[in-house]
Amino acid sequence: MAVTGDLVQMGALIGAGLACTGMGGAAIGIGHVVGNYLSGALRNPSAAAGQTATMFIGIAFAEAMGIFSFLIALLLMYAQ
Amino acid sequence: MASDVAEGGFNIQPMEQFVIKPLFGGHELNWYTPTNMTLWMGIAILAATLLLIVGTRRRAIVPTRTQSIAEVFYSFVYRMVEDINGTAGLKYFPYILTLFTFVLAANSLGLVPYSFTTTSQAAITVTLALTVFLSVTIIGIIKNGPRFLKVFWIDSAPLALRPVLAVIEIISYFVRPVSHSIRLMGNMMAGHAVIKVFAGFAGALGVFAVFPVLAIMGVLALEVIVAFIQAYVFAILTVIYMNDALHPGGH
Amino acid sequence: MASDIEMAKAAGEAVKEAGESVGMPQLDFGTYPNQIFWLVVTLVILFFLMKRIAIPRIAAILSERQGAIASDLEQAEEMRRKAVEAEQAYNQALADARAEANRIIAEAKAEIQKDVDAATARAEAEIAAKAAESEKRIAEIRAGAMEAVEQVARDAAVEIVELIMPSLADAKTIEKAVAARVKG
Repeated sequence: MAVTGDLVQMGALIGAGLACTGMGGAAIGIGHVVGNYLSGALRNPSAAAGQTATMFIGIAFAEAMGIFSFLIALLLMYAQ
Repeated sequence: MASDVAEGGFNIQPMEQFVIKPLFGGHELNWYTPTNMTLWMGIAILAATLLLIVGTRRRAIVPTRTQSIAEVFYSFVYRMVEDINGTAGLKYFPYILTLFTFVLAANSLGLVPYSFTTTSQAAITVTLALTVFLSVTIIGIIKNGPRFLKVFWIDSAPLALRPVLAVIEIISYFVRPVSHSIRLMGNMMAGHAVIKVFAGFAGALGVFAVFPVLAIMGVLALEVIVAFIQAYVFAILTVIYMNDALHPGGH
Repeated sequence: MASDIEMAKAAGEAVKEAGESVGMPQLDFGTYPNQIFWLVVTLVILFFLMKRIAIPRIAAILSERQGAIASDLEQAEEMRRKAVEAEQAYNQALADARAEANRIIAEAKAEIQKDVDAATARAEAEIAAKAAESEKRIAEIRAGAMEAVEQVARDAAVEIVELIMPSLADAKTIEKAVAARVKG
């Protein structure tokens, strides 16, 4: 079974797969943000409501990193 | 590109939904050609008009449901600007409200099946982010002159660290439009691509399509939240950047 | 597998040749001027809709509501104040009425007292007059009685003297003597 095809494309696809590991980092980041928010909120529930927006911003920042890796993956797959 | 056209009925083209086509057929795409994106941007304007203008046409003291939503929407953005920028920022409130309305409408409308997501286009988000970046920089320089450079010079840090921090601050300042735009575009694109991939599974699985459809429902619910949060984040980042222009070094 | 990949590649190329850029449409720079043009048009329209219509209208509604709420509160305060005033007036009226009633009672009492006093005085005067009259009459009676006694005594003495010694019967002397005795 002879493997034919573009070597560059193979590298790009492997790279895309590797780039997706970055999403794990984003997952860890979001977990940190929400976990810390919750532990703070349970200690002082009265202050929690005011910080929900901040939490979502934090989530968005952390998630953006995962999105960036997703974007890199897409770029590797499609934009050559 | 094995994932694009593969064997066994998997015919998933998650990126096809982002293709810009002329609205009235044909292949020519001049700078003025109305496209599917134009259509959905028009619908976004229409939606904003329906909510904020038609919804408030009665000017009732005791508001109707639509008017309440419009008022909550207005006060939400107003308070955001006032809290972060103070009264000096209220001058730019219409600008922020326009941005937020546009991004929110585009994000939400993108969730309608077969629609086109305006904010998943790099050209759109980069233009928006560059507009914000340039306006912040220009307003900052006009309002503060050389004092605007205090944004990069952290007074609260130890003196030895300040040059290092200045370099980092300058880099992060110029990276802002990149992350600002890519965040919005990536979020919008990723969610839609994921939905499309699941939809492709559903097409190939026959009876078992119920699982991907359930998954799509879940992802779609998440996307509704993401659509709002990304619009909010886009707007609040704009306001925070604007704060640099209005009160440099005041953070 | 190999043939599949070949096939896939061929199909992908075919799609590309058909003009449908299946790669990343976001990176198709040919569409950028078009997108940016329509974005600017959209934003300008939206901006003017917001600035000219939506924002003034909603701001007016909100401030009007704020004003309405404030004026309602003011009205409520006004009404409360009026209620307090009315209560005070009521209490005042009640106190006045009480005072008036007391005054009338006192007046009536005083008048009655006066009448009573007058009647008493009149009665006393009458009684006094009657008593005086009675006394006078008693005195008269007494005087009459005294006179009668004297008369009787005189008559008796004259007769006794006439019986005993008619020669000595001098009416005048006897009368004098009797009168002296009766007086003494």
